[in-house]
Order: sequence, then structure tokens, then C-alpha cells
Amino acid sequence: MWTIQPRGLGDLLEALRNRGYRVVGPVVRDGAICYEDLGSIEDLALAWLDEQEPGNYRLTGSGNGDLFSYSPGAHTWKKFLHKPSVTLWRATKDQKGLHLKEEPTAEGKVALFGARPCELAAIAIQDRVFLEGPFVDSFYAAARKEMFVVALNCSHPSKSCFCVSMKTGPRAATGFDLCLTEIHPNGEAELVVEVGSETGGLILADLQRREATEKDLEAVRKTLEEAEQRVERSLDTEGIQGLFDRSFESPQWDDVARRCLGCANCTMVCPTCFCTTVVESSDLAGAEATRTRIWDSCFTKDFTYIHGGSVRPSGYSRYRQWITHKLANWIEQFGTSGCVGCGRCITWCPVGIDITAEVEALRARERTGSGSGGSSHEGNA
Amino acid sequence: MIAAADPMVPNLHRIQKVTQETSDTFTLALAPSCGRKCPAFRPGQFNMLYVFGVGEVPISISGDPATPETLVHTTRAVGAVTAAMKKMRPGDQLGVRGPYGTEWPVAEAHDRDVVIVAGGIGLAPLRPALYSLLNHRERYGRVVLLYGTRSPEDILYRTEIQKWRSQFDLDVHVTVDRATGKWRGNVGVVTSLIPKAPFDPYHATAFVCGPEIMMRYTILALLKRGVEKDSIHLSMERNMKCAVGFCGHCQIGPLFVCRDGPVFGYPRLEKLLDKREL
Ligand SMILES: Cc1cc2nc3c(=O)[nH]c(=O)nc-3n(C[C@H](O)[C@H](O)[C@H](O)COP(=O)(O)OP(=O)(O)OC[C@H]3O[C@@H](n4cnc5c(N)ncnc54)[C@H](O)[C@@H]3O)c2cc1C
Ligand code: SF4
Ligand code: SF4
Ligand code: FES
Repeated sequence: MWTIQPRGLGDLLEALRNRGYRVVGPVVRDGAICYEDLGSIEDLALAWLDEQEPGNYRLTGSGNGDLFSYSPGAHTWKKFLHKPSVTLWRATKDQKGLHLKEEPTAEGKVALFGARPCELAAIAIQDRVFLEGPFVDSFYAAARKEMFVVALNCSHPSKSCFCVSMKTGPRAATGFDLCLTEIHPNGEAELVVEVGSETGGLILADLQRREATEKDLEAVRKTLEEAEQRVERSLDTEGIQGLFDRSFESPQWDDVARRCLGCANCTMVCPTCFCTTVVESSDLAGAEATRTRIWDSCFTKDFTYIHGGSVRPSGYSRYRQWITHKLANWIEQFGTSGCVGCGRCITWCPVGIDITAEVEALRARERTGSGSGGSSHEGNA
Repeated sequence: MIAAADPMVPNLHRIQKVTQETSDTFTLALAPSCGRKCPAFRPGQFNMLYVFGVGEVPISISGDPATPETLVHTTRAVGAVTAAMKKMRPGDQLGVRGPYGTEWPVAEAHDRDVVIVAGGIGLAPLRPALYSLLNHRERYGRVVLLYGTRSPEDILYRTEIQKWRSQFDLDVHVTVDRATGKWRGNVGVVTSLIPKAPFDPYHATAFVCGPEIMMRYTILALLKRGVEKDSIHLSMERNMKCAVGFCGHCQIGPLFVCRDGPVFGYPRLEKLLDKREL
């Protein structure tokens, strides 16, 4: 373990850029933390404080010397790995017939600067979807292969976070090349760095640093223990597959359908949601066609369209699909929950629907015996 | 780097032959025009077929697994992509990727009776299973095909069905929902053929494909006759954008139809089939 000064962040950024990485990280844009290119250290979001709660997000200056007193915003690293829009291939047509043109899969090495523990867990989950099944997504694989991760442990979880109950944070265990924890041993901010890979060690060796003292490490422990205690929200995952199984006809689905707008925000901000559709576009002359894969959402009616109708025409069934997939079916499909407890879907839901509260409500209905049947599901489309 | 192996990239094929089966259904025989050979396939598997400028859809392989050199697909024109495909002629090109998915477990049916129940276009994905059974006829007990369509005009593979009918080692029963013209055969839903069909329910394997509602009633009728749950297999249909487990569209509960299906043993679907809007 090593300790660096805040100005070492700029040196780290330069070291990565010198090694050919495109460095992306948190910047402030439109009043929110976004993940964008870091041209220089000036771009990095420092000394900002966020307030998050169901349906609410606000960013202000931290004013207390803390560098990273914010948690993730609406963006996810997914936008660099499983991109919102990917051209899969193109076809052209001439007298001889059709010709296919494959697309290049990667535009170079990317370094994620400041990825949170829950976000690393989310990347590990998407790895299972795109790399570890019978087929490999070559676009994801290419972006993933050359990725460098500077992780950042969380000292200021937001009110929407529930990483502790999902066992993903506030401390990163694996999945990084370097991992930073902000401490304030003498009132001034410093960063303790843990090395997670050989490349990480090599890059750190270029920086001005000192060996972390016992006092530094104690400060790390204390910071992360306090952070853990500050995570207020939790999701009870005990026997969750059984809960969803028994709750298929729960009246709670009608209840949430009355609130849910079906806007798909929750799926767009979720770091693990992976669904896509493919769109076909042609030029005016009809000589070239492009196949583009874009993010899709199970909240749209078209998602399940087959011969003349949707399998899930009503709103309640689409919310039920989303949360059941995320928290229960995912376990059967990929051996892990599909939720890392980042809280984005809670903050960015325009009507403040809270995934943890919905699970609690399902449990409460079971306890009081209003958990199944009796629901007509009429008129909630 | 080039995405040489990206599973979403198809191979180009050229149409060798078009057979108009009914007013809305046609069979295409395809051969690769990209230099590669057609891969082997197992009965029940499907391909993603791409029509230039329109889009890509899942279509089952309907040819003989013993002769994979020619790729055969039977398609009903119902919407944008399939209607564009219907207009295609010999020499035109399609994109093909696959084969994908699970198979009809013909090997499990050795030494047993086999009953095939098809509704409408559902006969297409079952035809490779039937070819497979007939290619090794001695391995099976009685083989019965029960086939239902809306009207006599909707019967697929007409001449082939005539030929099958005249075979001693195959029982073919066709029924239509509505009799028209000179039809003198069975009238009624395909499930009405099950009680009297000549097979031993206690030693029979069933392959079922058709509209979901038809499959549900077929299962009830088969169970009622004494066929075991484990011996019933069905092929499911869901919206598919990738066929390789990436797009999420095809899920039924925890199952990905593209990867875990389309052919499932009934026990895996039993609890899911009754759930509305799953
Ligand atoms: C595993 C599998 C095997 C199939 N095998 C055959 C076959 O052998 N012969 C045949 O005629 N049909 C088959 N189908 C159905 C066929 O895929 C649809 O009829 C086709 O997708 C309709 O597309 P469209 O663009 O012409 O229709 P539209 O109504 O314009 O459909 C728009 C889009 O919705 C989706 N869609 C619509 N209907 C279906 C459907 N029934 N299943 C899946 N997606 C659908 C497609 O993505 C389609 O592009 C199969 C479906 C699946 C899932
Ligand atoms: S479901 Fe919500 S809390 Fe869980 S990972 Fe997705 S956005 Fe984060
Ligand atoms: S739960 Fe909230 S964010 Fe998700 S679709 Fe419904 S209204 Fe939109
Ligand atoms: S069709 Fe895309 S996941 Fe099954």
C-alpha cells in the first residue's frame, strides 16, 4: 500500500495518457456527475457533494476539503464497454449482389478513472453475460480486454446506495489495477493506493509516492467502516427467488403499476441491464444498409412483440419482469444477482419508485396474507 | 481489429429454389454464396435470416438433417421481413447466421412410439425431426403425425404429405378448423385427433409445435391419454433480436428461448406456461 498527494491524481492521469490510454472519469455536466473523457486533471469532478434520494438528485460544492464526497450519477461505465449504440456491420448491394462489411471492434485502450466498488461488481456481472456464455460479444470483449481500472472506494455513500446488503461495497475487493481511498490524516486530503495488478504497479512506480503508514491504513479502515454504517438503505435478499415465485399474482404489481410511468429510466441508468435491439437503416438509394445495435428496455411494449401482440401488454407485467429478472431470475441465469445496489434506479426514477421498498412491500403483503391471488390486473395497461 | 468472429455477423446465401406452399407460405432452398459450407444442424434448430434493407428474423430449419448442403426454410409471410422475403426469387441473396438452439431429442425416442403434433406453420420446425425418424425408421416404434391447419388451402408440403400417407410405417392424420371445397377429411382442432391416434401413450415420446394455445390443449390431451410429462417436448416462440443470449428479448421467466430452447421438455415449462404476461 502506498500513499499519494491529491496532485498525484494529475500525474496518474498523465501516466495513463502517456501509455496510450483514453482516460474517462467523473466530470460535472448539466449539474450532475457524468462519465466523460478526462482531457486533463482540471476536468475531474473534485470537491462536489451530491444529495440523492428517491426521484431526486442535487449536486453542490462540498466546501469541506473533501475530494470525493459524491457517489455515482446517472452515467455508468457501461457506456464505454457495452456501448449505447454499436454499428455491427454494413451491407452494400450492386449488380453482383450483396457485400458485407464488418465493423472494427475497438478504438483503443480505455482507462476508467474512479470506478466505485458497486460499479466493478456490475462490470463483473456484464462479463458473465457477454464473455462467459456460449457466445462472446466481440465488441464488448475488445473494449474490456484493454481496460485499465482506477477504482475509488466510497467514503460518502448517497442515500440511495444499498451496496452493503448486496455485498458489493463500499470497499472494492477485486477487479481493479489501482484502488484509491481518500483519507484526511491531518485535515488534508491524501489518497491511499492499493495495487491490484502488475500494470497497476508499473504505473504507480512512475508517481511520487510514499509507503503507507500504519496510521494511513487505520484511517482507511475507519473511513470505510464509517461509510458502511452510513449506508442506510438495504435490500433483504434472503430467499428472494422464492419470494418472487410466490408473488407472481401479488396485488403489489397493480400498486406499482399505478405509479410507474414506464419511462425506462431505471433500465437506462442501471449498470447491469444489458438488453438491446438492432435497427436497420438504409441510404436513400437503397444501396447500403447499416445494422446498429442500441440499448433497449423491457419497459417498452414492442420488446416482446410477436404476431400481432405483445407478450407483456400491461405496465404491471413489465415492471414485474424488470424487478424479477434483476433480483431473482438473474441468479438462475448467471449465478449472481443482477443488482449491485448502486441506487441509480431509485434516484433517477421520476416518481421515486424504490426497488428496495418494492421488495419490502412484497414481503409485507406475504406476511399479512395479501400476497397472492385476489388481483384482477384489469385496466392497468 | 476486425470483428471476424462476432456472432451477429451473418453469412451470405443465395436462393436456389422457391416453392410456394400456400398463398402466404413459401419454402426457400439456400446455398452459401460466401465460400463456406453449410454447417450441420439438428432437427428443431433455427437460423436468423436477414433481408437486405428490411431486417432479420428467426426461422426454423425445415430441411433434412442428413443433407445439410442445402439449407431449407419454410416461412409464413406475416409482417415486414417475412413479406419482403416472400418477394425474393432464385438468385437473390439473404444473410444467414446459425444454427441456434436446442433440438428435438430424437435419440431419446429410440424403441418408443413417436407422436408429432403440429399446428399450422408449426409443421416446418418438426419436419427435420420427421426426416430424422424416417431416415432411421427401424429404431422407432409407431410414428404418428397429427397435423391441424385452418383450412384445406393452408396445408403445407402437400405432395410430401400424400407420400407419407401412403407409407405403411407412418400414420398421418390431418384435420382442418374449417372445411372448404372438396375436403372430406377430419374437421376440428388437432387435439381432437389425440384420443384415437394409434400410439401407446405409456411408451411414447411427443414433439409439439404450433400456436401457444394449441400447445397447451395438446399437452392436456396427451397427459390425459397417459403420456408422461417427461416425454413431451415443445418448441417456443418469442421475439428475438440476437439468438445468442445478448439482447434479452426472448426471456420466459429464467429461460432464454434462443439459448435454452426453442425446444424444451415440458417439465421445464410447466409452471411458466400458465403464467399470464410472464
Ligand atoms: C425459434 C423461432 C423459430 C421460428 N420459426 C419459424 C418458421 O420456421 N417459419 C415461420 O414462418 N416463422 C417462424 N418463426 C416466427 C417468425 O420469426 C416471425 O413470423 C417473424 O419474426 C415475423 O417477422 P416480420 O418482420 O415479418 O413480422 P412483423 O409483424 O413485422 O414483426 C416485427 C418484428 O417482431 C418480431 N416478431 C414478430 N412475430 C414474431 C414471432 N412470431 N416470433 C418471433 N418474433 C416475432 C420480429 O423481431 C419482427 O421483425 C419462428 C420464431 C422463432 C422465435
Ligand atoms: S437495479 Fe437499481 S440499484 Fe440495482 S444495480 Fe440496477 S440501477 Fe443499481
Ligand atoms: S420504475 Fe421509475 S424509472 Fe423505471 S420505468 Fe417505472 S417510472 Fe420509469
Ligand atoms: S434472442 Fe437475444 S437473448 Fe435470446
